[in-house]
Amino acid sequence: MKPAPFAYYRPATLEDAAARLADGADEGAMILAGGQSLVPMMALRVAYPSELIDLNTVPGLDTPRVEGNTLVIPALVRHATFHTPDPAFGPTGDLMASVVRHIAHHPIRQRGTFCGSLAHADPSSEWALTATTLGAELELLSVRGTRRIPIADWIDGAMSTTREPDEILTAAHLPLIPPGSLSGFYEVSRRAGDFALGMALVVLGMDGDRIGEASIGLGGIEEIPRRIPEAEAALQGQPATPESFATAAQAAMDAVDPMSDATTPASYRRDLAGTVIRRALAQAATRLPAPV
Amino acid sequence: MTDATLPNARRSAWIGQSVTRLEDRPLVAGLGRFVADMDRPRQLHARIVRSPHATGRITDIDCAEADAMPGVTVWTAERLGEVPRIPFRATKISGLEPYVQPVLAVERVRYVGEPVAIVFAEDPYVAEDAAETIFVDVEDDNPPILDARAAPGTFLPGISTEPVVVEKGYGDVEAAFAAAAHVVELDLATGRHSGIPMEPRGALAEWDAGRGHLDLWGATKRPHWNRDRLAEMFGLSPTCIDLHEPHVGGGFGIRGELYPEDVLVCMGAMRLRRPVKWVEDRREHMMAANHSREQQHLIRAAVDADGHILAIDETLHHDQGAYVRTHGARVADMSIGLLLGPYRVPAYAARAHFRLTAKTPAATYRAPGRFEGSFVRERLMDAIAQRLAMDPLELRRRNFIGTSEMPYQRGLTALESEVVLDSGDYDGLLTKAQDFCGWNDMQAEAAARRAAGEAVGIGLGFFVEKSGLGPSELVRVTIATDGEIEIVTGAASLGQGMETAIAQIAADTLGADYTACRVIHGQTDRITHGWGAHASRVTVMTGEATRRAATELHDRARDMAAELLDALPTDVILDGGRATNTATGDHVTLGQIAAALDPVSPRRGDRQPGLSAEAWFHNTHMNYPYGAHIAMVAVDTETGRTTVERYAISYDVGRAVNPAMIEGQILGGLAQGLGGALLEEFRYDQDGQPLSVTFADYLMPSSAEMPEVAIQILEDAPSPLNPLGLKGSGEAGVTAAGAAIAAAIDDALQRPGLVTRLPVTPQYLHARLAQFDAGGDA
Repeated sequence: MKPAPFAYYRPATLEDAAARLADGADEGAMILAGGQSLVPMMALRVAYPSELIDLNTVPGLDTPRVEGNTLVIPALVRHATFHTPDPAFGPTGDLMASVVRHIAHHPIRQRGTFCGSLAHADPSSEWALTATTLGAELELLSVRGTRRIPIADWIDGAMSTTREPDEILTAAHLPLIPPGSLSGFYEVSRRAGDFALGMALVVLGMDGDRIGEASIGLGGIEEIPRRIPEAEAALQGQPATPESFATAAQAAMDAVDPMSDATTPASYRRDLAGTVIRRALAQAATRLPAPV
Repeated sequence: MTDATLPNARRSAWIGQSVTRLEDRPLVAGLGRFVADMDRPRQLHARIVRSPHATGRITDIDCAEADAMPGVTVWTAERLGEVPRIPFRATKISGLEPYVQPVLAVERVRYVGEPVAIVFAEDPYVAEDAAETIFVDVEDDNPPILDARAAPGTFLPGISTEPVVVEKGYGDVEAAFAAAAHVVELDLATGRHSGIPMEPRGALAEWDAGRGHLDLWGATKRPHWNRDRLAEMFGLSPTCIDLHEPHVGGGFGIRGELYPEDVLVCMGAMRLRRPVKWVEDRREHMMAANHSREQQHLIRAAVDADGHILAIDETLHHDQGAYVRTHGARVADMSIGLLLGPYRVPAYAARAHFRLTAKTPAATYRAPGRFEGSFVRERLMDAIAQRLAMDPLELRRRNFIGTSEMPYQRGLTALESEVVLDSGDYDGLLTKAQDFCGWNDMQAEAAARRAAGEAVGIGLGFFVEKSGLGPSELVRVTIATDGEIEIVTGAASLGQGMETAIAQIAADTLGADYTACRVIHGQTDRITHGWGAHASRVTVMTGEATRRAATELHDRARDMAAELLDALPTDVILDGGRATNTATGDHVTLGQIAAALDPVSPRRGDRQPGLSAEAWFHNTHMNYPYGAHIAMVAVDTETGRTTVERYAISYDVGRAVNPAMIEGQILGGLAQGLGGALLEEFRYDQDGQPLSVTFADYLMPSSAEMPEVAIQILEDAPSPLNPLGLKGSGEAGVTAAGAAIAAAIDDALQRPGLVTRLPVTPQYLHARLAQFDAGGDA
């Protein structure tokens, strides 16, 4: 559990980091932010970066901020930031506070970053599911310039993204949940803090006592977290009831193509998809105003 | 020197008190010295190259790149030359020799993780860099055998992968089954687990060529046996090797055996003439240190119409992994030797198929054979109760061996000794356990919650442990002139608190403060003999030897004190670290007594110089503590997740030296038991690749998974085999955890017989529920 030799560089600015990455990307230079996945992978000799470019010395990247209807999360914002989010983040902050406690354990959350989780793209990433369900856009920097891409075009497989080797994920732009929407999150893992076996994040726009637009995101079930349009369609115009939730859950179970491995067969994950969606919806419904 | 309020009886009574642990201060102050903390000048660092293949004939080990690295030395089996194999220490079964693991793979690899080469380098990073460049090529000639019930294959030409079938039994089993009103049969399995101590293994060896003397740090569990075997393997006198036990971060049976890595590190030190240090990393620990537990049981019971067991027939398939290590076939042997627990079984026939598979070799892990056997036996009892529509506790009561039958000759052997249950009141403990946990209230609560739609249930596992394994232990107790008491034993400490327990026994006997005692263990240069720490033996064996040595010292100290105090010896009592003349109140300290016994002291007279005594305790039979585990669980029927809500353990330890430490032992053991029942498992794919080599895949319970636990320690059945009545407590927390959890899950889901294997993972339970409800067998 000793990593292979690597070089280490502390950039002063993001531009400096991008220049250094452009030089070293072909040999395998990588960006270090929280390091909670990369460093263990190096210790296990699963990852062999030629050089680590450590963003931790770059100022101004550690605080999220609201810009219009968007929550901007720069590259060094730690998971733990969302334990007690800024009230300005509104319902989005509340949702993220309920999500964040499922991410590993307290010490890891002090160090690991939101953007790092998106860059690592583990199928069980809570933040990848959050970003996917809310429709985040990602901001990338390289010596060639900056670009923004929707999250749906970012993750292209288990632990795989469309990032070019010379690009740095500098920030995520998360649309804030509109006022009056309901949200819920439910995760199943083997133990507290383990990787999710399955999880769902839902946002329901309410149109009176009917569901308007629904966002139903599913993580840990397929290789890529994604929204399930069949489940969303099943809820549109329906009352928020256990019956409509069961219908949506069944639609998701029919629609998913679950991963299968030696420990967890696809059949387990398919049933779990329905369970976590139903429970996330039920949790969202607890935020409905009590019937008068 | 006069005490106004003179005691007429001893005040100090350390046995039975929950005093704080002597060993904790360095551990909590960061002053511990574990083997990884130790360094010797000029040391080299070793790294083991391990097979990435589960099976195959070695065609090439490419070391060229590593050989070219500066300061790097690489040994393969070929370069090493002939090395004697590590012998067995714990079996009388013969014919196992061909199956012993070589220190480096010879001709074939047989499991992923098998050492195929060792690299020595100036720095541990370089050692790992070099090791990574070494490639092992194999020719896959046979697919790996991964199931102990699969037909045995060929280990070597003419030698099968079933080294032995151990058979045990007595009585006319066939007749019993022919006459039975009911026959109940179960097919059960336990998963592959291991102890996973917080600190992985390590070794640091130094060869003093001038003195011809080898030192090895990092030993534990069996330092003297390991020293003697190393001496034989290296052709050295045992006087030329010393093993030293530093602080040890847990062992649980898997740590401290003589492993290939220990031999390689010593050979490195001797041949390279430089100290060699090796510290195992977690990933290699998961595939290199002993595994345990993986068994399949086909068990049948013949029962009469009233629920009395007439006979049990048992077929065990024991998954030993790729080689036979130091324990021989001990775990398979004791699994069937101790299977019957607390029950009267008039006829018994058992056969243990001890079989090799392409996995990490297996041996003992805390409650070996009893965690598995208690699961099997208690599942069987529950199934019989279900068949007869009888209360499962009443069924157990009907079959308990009674107090009047003690000591009870089982007619079986285990750990090379006859099983004679020395003492016990099983029925009485069951009643106390029910009262202690509030059995009736728990049942009512579970029933009410089930009626409200929850899946909540309660399960019980009754068990008999074994402890105090002999054959012998030697202790030397010395009182220094400052009154400090040194106790030297050949037993070992893996962190279990033995220093405190032994100090309490010595202090109690000598009338001294237990904090004045310093217990030295695991050092072959301090005492000639020792049997180490395993099999819940230390408090019993070292404890009784300590009591004997301390008793002799007590009498000699009192004799000297009587002269110093001008008193009759019968008027002198030792208490509080001093000897007091009860007639006058005058006293002298133990230190003053020791000074008076100095070889040149004029007061000594003809008395033996110094204040030091040695005593042996020999013991041919184990003793048998016992208890009950009671679990309350809630099952999430959709996800298959089980939450253990409450847990109670009642345990009769004979005589509790330190109740708080016993509770700690039981609580820690329970964490491992619950891990084995619900979470932990070494899994392999169809090619024999291990799938559980990190803590993300081998799931141990954390504090978040531990329930509220209530522990009841009883002293109703002291052992008649030693004067203090001591029994051990190291394994009680593990033993019946699988049994109780399985029963509780059955109850929660109101499906008797649902759980047939451990661990009960969510994935297993999800699939098993669907299968059970479709009417399928396990």
